[in-house]
Amino acid sequence: MSEQKTHVSQETMDGNIATINFGPTHPSTHGIFQNILKVDGEKIISSEQTVGYIHRAFEKLAERRPYNQITPLTDRLNYCSSPINNMGWEMTVEKLIGVEIPKRVQYMRVIIMELARIADHLICNSVVGVDAGALTSFFYPFTEREKIYELYEEICGARLTTNIGRIGGFERDFTPTFHEKLKSFLKTFPVAFEEFNSMLARNRIFMDRTIGAGPISAERAMAYSFSGPNLRATGVDYDVRVMSPYSSYEDFDFTIPVGVNGDTYDRFMVRQEEIRQSLRIIEQAYKNLPEGDYKADLPDFYLPPKADVYNNMEALIYHFKIIMGETNIPAGEVYHAVEGGNGELGYYLISDGGRSPYRLQFRRPCFIYYQAYPEMIKGMPISDAVLTLSSINVIAGELDA
Amino acid sequence: MGKIEDLEVFNGEGYQLTTLDKAIALARANSVWPLPFATSCCGIEFMATMGSAYDLSRFGMERMSFTPRQADLLIVAGTISKKLAPVLKRVYEQMAEPKWVLSVGACASSGGIFDTYSVLQGIDRIIPVDVYVPGCPPRPEQIIDGVMNIHRLVKHESMRRRYSDEYKHLLENYEIEIDNGEAN
Amino acid sequence: MEKPTNQDYLAALQAQFGAAILQHEEPYGMLTIEISADQMHAVIAWLKNDPTLSVNYLTNIAGVHYPDNAGREFAVVYQLHSWRNNVRLRLKSYLSKAQLQLPSITDLFDGANWMERETFDFFGIEFTGHPDLRRILNMDDMDYFPMRKEYVLEDATREDKDDRYFGRNTH
Repeated sequence: MSEQKTHVSQETMDGNIATINFGPTHPSTHGIFQNILKVDGEKIISSEQTVGYIHRAFEKLAERRPYNQITPLTDRLNYCSSPINNMGWEMTVEKLIGVEIPKRVQYMRVIIMELARIADHLICNSVVGVDAGALTSFFYPFTEREKIYELYEEICGARLTTNIGRIGGFERDFTPTFHEKLKSFLKTFPVAFEEFNSMLARNRIFMDRTIGAGPISAERAMAYSFSGPNLRATGVDYDVRVMSPYSSYEDFDFTIPVGVNGDTYDRFMVRQEEIRQSLRIIEQAYKNLPEGDYKADLPDFYLPPKADVYNNMEALIYHFKIIMGETNIPAGEVYHAVEGGNGELGYYLISDGGRSPYRLQFRRPCFIYYQAYPEMIKGMPISDAVLTLSSINVIAGELDA
Repeated sequence: MGKIEDLEVFNGEGYQLTTLDKAIALARANSVWPLPFATSCCGIEFMATMGSAYDLSRFGMERMSFTPRQADLLIVAGTISKKLAPVLKRVYEQMAEPKWVLSVGACASSGGIFDTYSVLQGIDRIIPVDVYVPGCPPRPEQIIDGVMNIHRLVKHESMRRRYSDEYKHLLENYEIEIDNGEAN
Repeated sequence: MEKPTNQDYLAALQAQFGAAILQHEEPYGMLTIEISADQMHAVIAWLKNDPTLSVNYLTNIAGVHYPDNAGREFAVVYQLHSWRNNVRLRLKSYLSKAQLQLPSITDLFDGANWMERETFDFFGIEFTGHPDLRRILNMDDMDYFPMRKEYVLEDATREDKDDRYFGRNTH
């Protein structure tokens, strides 16, 4: 009767399958992802994803910048736990140079990285609560995250995108205020965390919503190259800190929590337990913090203190050489992985001896495990798809780089 | 046609004499419903602003509207890439007048540190922006300052601004079509 | 029994695939082997299925562009990991610009799907047998491969920023 064309497929005409657009702007897509879902009533038959809505060309940008200017770039990968990204990069360059890092620096790094891991898991878990409808459990952990932000600020001055540490160590030692704040954090955080935990972990409604939502088996997860809490929730205890220890992680005693089914509830509980294990690590590292220098002796990369630059000829020359990019950077290729908030965060660096890397590729865990999302939500109602998306903790910055 | 003329407000016992413009502007300013279009790191700082330490709901922004149809303020926090630009423009067009735009962070204001082939160098290339908040990411206090500036703009906006020729001209520059119904 | 070391892996690969192993080295402790492009799929399949070597995890796939190497302009680098033996391997294949194809390993590792799409998106390397090889991170209508060295980082079509003030070459 009308001349206009209607874009309706035969299956929709048959009355059963509808196509729904989930994203890219949707309250529960944390970051910008688009999923086109084919649903039969509420049950999802298949889905197709589009990513790349926040592609910022990190890898090309890294080919332009000198080595210590890439640290602020790595911040913006997984911005919820940016110190881990920063230190992973610094360790990669230190591996390329082949320098020995003092024990004190390694312990300091462990403390900061575990704080970042706590911050990341707190966001993920509180947001799973929000998507299940529990807004109170969002506000409580955020006041604790403010305390972690204050700890970062003591060292580097920034809250979120920290650019913390330098190639070779830290920019300054832990200040006395940092020691006080860390001590009070270690006293008050466990209490506040158990309060947050009590709101959700054995909550009848939360358990009914999340148990069985978005499961994946261990074999499928390994085939998809999962890593991190998502893989551990399926029962596989792969942790880069244990498999390929870096920065003195072998000195600390901690367990790797694993789940059973790989569903949303298991991922939530694995992250909660990892927060407790991270607290254990921080306590051990802080109690045994060795004396020593807060930086390695690395004149080719670590800028000399400004007072020396103005008074000492050698420091002035090194300052000039570092900024102008005339220091000797070895050529070679190196791959270094750290356990990020979401899994194995790897840096594949090819250096040709020049001022900037020749090729820097980030092995981003979010990008790799998001591929499995359609398989995880197949046959689930849409509300479970929403919960699954927030529980696998996809961070847009890391996914699209 | 932008500013309300300075008419003295008269406060009596149990009543207040003012202009309709002022009364409506006051009501609008104190209950702005934002649409958080949060893409990246600035989105996390925005979430921290909404949290209890910095508490954006003191400013009347308790209710986040994720549907553009019910939102007044579009808060763009984070990098907008060229792939996302049509989506942002569509969301802006779907909002009903009067609407304001707050661009949070360096990436939304000008592309930030990402001067690359895939990043839109500032959202003011596609939609008109009212307040820019610089920072990478801006501290929650800065975001609140941006919000307070929006409130200042709202309090002093005339009810006729959206029908004026200047505004039409502005939207034509951005190639945004407006449909004011039967208004002139 | 003793876990295999890098040397054992190299010896086993050379015994099985002799001619396909072109070069090998061990930068920073990670065994790096160059394999000819047509044998790459077979090598990875053999490594995955062998019970002693048991390379069960695909860590990463990366592409690299060397515009100055004639005939070997593009490299595809596979990083693999054997959990049982805690050994990491790096397998490389060099491709020439004229012949930019490589068999896909999505039938061995599902995780390779998006990794190969990303390499295609950035460099234009085609993976034959991939179920759905199209752009993933960039816009679909983009007509060039941005990570190749001949393309500049900034948007080539912009006219508002004067490169002289940014200290960049004005081409």
